Amino acid sequence: MRAHFGELSRALLAVVLVGGIFAWISPAFLTSANLTILVKHVAINAILGIGMTFVILSGGIDLSVGAIVGLAGMVAGGLIHHGLVFRGWGVVVYQHTWLVVAAALATGLAVGLVNGLLVSRLSVAPFIATLGTLYMARGAALLSSGGATFPDLGGRPELGNTGLPVLGAGTFASIPLPIWIMLGFALVAAVVAARTPFGRRVYAVGGNERAAELSGVRVRGIKTAVYAISGFCAAAVGLIIAAELGAAHPATGETFELNAIAAVVLGGTSLSGGRGSIGGTIVGALVIGELADGLVLAGVSEFWQFVIRGLVIVLAVVVDQLQPRRS
Amino acid sequence: MTDLPILEARGVGKTFPGTQALDSVDFAIYPGKVHALVGENGAGKSTLVKILAGIETPTTGTLLESGRPIRLESTRDADRFGIGVIHQELNLLPDLSVAENIFVGHELRRYGVLVDRAGQRRVTRGLMARLDHPIPPDTLVGSLPLGRRQLVEIAKALARRVRVLMMDEPTSALSAAEVEVLFRVVRELTAAGVAVVYISHRMQELLRLADDVTVLRDGRVVGRAAAGEIDAGWIVARMTGRAAEAHPRETAASSDKPPVLRAGEIELRAGEIVGLYGLMGAGRTELLESLIGLRSSQDPVWLDGARIDRLDTAGRIRRGLAMVSEDRQRSGLVPTLPLGANITLAALRRLARAGYLSARTEDRAAAAQIADLGIRAAGPRVPITALSGGNQQKAVIARCLLTSPKVLLMDQPTRGIDVGAKEEIYRLMRRLATQGMAILFATSEIAEVRDVADRILVMARGRIAAAVTAAQATDEALVAAAGGGAA
Repeated sequence: MRAHFGELSRALLAVVLVGGIFAWISPAFLTSANLTILVKHVAINAILGIGMTFVILSGGIDLSVGAIVGLAGMVAGGLIHHGLVFRGWGVVVYQHTWLVVAAALATGLAVGLVNGLLVSRLSVAPFIATLGTLYMARGAALLSSGGATFPDLGGRPELGNTGLPVLGAGTFASIPLPIWIMLGFALVAAVVAARTPFGRRVYAVGGNERAAELSGVRVRGIKTAVYAISGFCAAAVGLIIAAELGAAHPATGETFELNAIAAVVLGGTSLSGGRGSIGGTIVGALVIGELADGLVLAGVSEFWQFVIRGLVIVLAVVVDQLQPRRS
Repeated sequence: MTDLPILEARGVGKTFPGTQALDSVDFAIYPGKVHALVGENGAGKSTLVKILAGIETPTTGTLLESGRPIRLESTRDADRFGIGVIHQELNLLPDLSVAENIFVGHELRRYGVLVDRAGQRRVTRGLMARLDHPIPPDTLVGSLPLGRRQLVEIAKALARRVRVLMMDEPTSALSAAEVEVLFRVVRELTAAGVAVVYISHRMQELLRLADDVTVLRDGRVVGRAAAGEIDAGWIVARMTGRAAEAHPRETAASSDKPPVLRAGEIELRAGEIVGLYGLMGAGRTELLESLIGLRSSQDPVWLDGARIDRLDTAGRIRRGLAMVSEDRQRSGLVPTLPLGANITLAALRRLARAGYLSARTEDRAAAAQIADLGIRAAGPRVPITALSGGNQQKAVIARCLLTSPKVLLMDQPTRGIDVGAKEEIYRLMRRLATQGMAILFATSEIAEVRDVADRILVMARGRIAAAVTAAQATDEALVAAAGGGAA
């Protein structure tokens, strides 16, 4: 339940080790420009991974996060470009940037809630429920623009919807905002998971659902909540990416769910639920980010990058299995 | 008939981690005879059957077949010797047909590869006719009521032309008419020279059918006799192993106060321990689960004057109900959480300050329970899986106590734990009752229900069959009431 010091330090060792190897191979790796890019990439996967960690801790899985990333970006893009069109009255309403952000986040939350209700109320297997919403959310993203990209999300001052790109390009204390956002999410999530009744109940549901119910845990509520959290995190990522690119493309986020799951698993969270930590997921996302970035710098072909990434994931889990179990 | 047993266990012992399930048991089965095996739950009957069926291997002792030592390493070995078993938990596949179930793993073949479905149907039809229940062979087993499934299980054993047939409580789900059919079939089998091992809790049934009776208690043989020479009283006395009568506790309950829990025929007063005695499948677990809200109940449930049967489990727990489930592994423990978190799980809301659970507050609350209940563990951070069964059970009880319940439901609270830990749990139950808690606990052990309970409700076939005070109860009366109408 709490991140075990031994496990976390082992994972951190992996981060340092992988980083060290790449630093040795390529002098460009340890430059601040590269590290900034690296951590910005990591931030995206880590935020998705945080939501995914809650879902997996509860014994579920969320395949829809990548599609939510795309849909949330399109919601933001559409609102900035076209506003809300009320055809019957011939009225178009443009929203303030904050409202655009809220609408995109609400979209992610809503898809997450649908996942949660499918899983908890209708007893649909999480894999299937979220696979279904993956397709539906992706389809909705494509429908929203007819498959086209919303370019230039800068907004127009006279409509009061400028400023979204700041989310991606802005800095605070010379550190990019997406990294601050990730740190904020991670901090809150780590405390929630380890030291609140809600977090403990998520662990309990994943560890033994019946025992949790007999302990007065409202299992269905917990299950609904974890998917909502995951959808919210995915929408946040959708906004960050749209802000970074200054554009919203409906195919954004494809296969992101797999990277997020990989980060969670690399971070030592058990796919069968009940065991794991937020800290582990952050470290897992770091390792995956280092690999992706370092392999490019080292000039490894794109095809081999896939093979190596897969190998690292499998090896990490195998090594974890070989550790003596505490029981 | 020869004097040589067809199957014999000599000095067989079986040790599981933490318990000695069987201790140098001698047991012999003769062709053409019915040998009844009796004992309370946990006495070792099922373990002995499993050893004779090749499912478990004995830790000590030897098995002999017609005088020759044999090793039964798997059910396939047992199969080769013609040993068949009808298990208490039915081993049927609900999504397959009756015929497919009967031949699963031993399908009739055509050309050596194809399943001979027509042949299987024909044989099935014959078997079911022999059992007086012509269930169509293509019926899905899942659509059959429990009693019919039991008959399918029996047909499955008959299809195998066994020389030894062991039946573990074959009549627990059968109606009186079905029982008669079963008895007729058993007599046919023994007439053909088959040896039958028969496990049942129903004394009258046993005495009618059996040639020999062996009584097990705590893994040892404590009685053996020809069925003609004994009566039910003889068996019960050996099963429970008690000469002296129990000394009922001075109840702390007063009958002039209104009951704290009321549901149908059940009334529980503060400070009272009520035992729910019944055999496996009598509906004890179902009753307790409907009280706590895990399944729907027909009767309204009143707790402390408020109706709670429309609340979910969490709501009922908040009102002051708590339940220790029968199966620690399946519905008691959260194996992935440490001991402390297992204990605090039901009381997180109370332990949190402004939504934050401080590790110190939590550890302190858990440590207090660990000390209070005498849970033997190094501290709240140890994995729950490292604890013994008795200590795990105390942890589950501790979790319930942290919610300060008015009524505590306990389903077989001493199942699978050793004798010393049992005593500790009994003492704890008495202490809680003295402090004003009402306790309703289910058990299938007579000694337990008579020693611990102030009042006893006997369940049979899903209903309360009798209600007696501990002072009035006798072993025989309880056994008879639990056996229900068929006994």
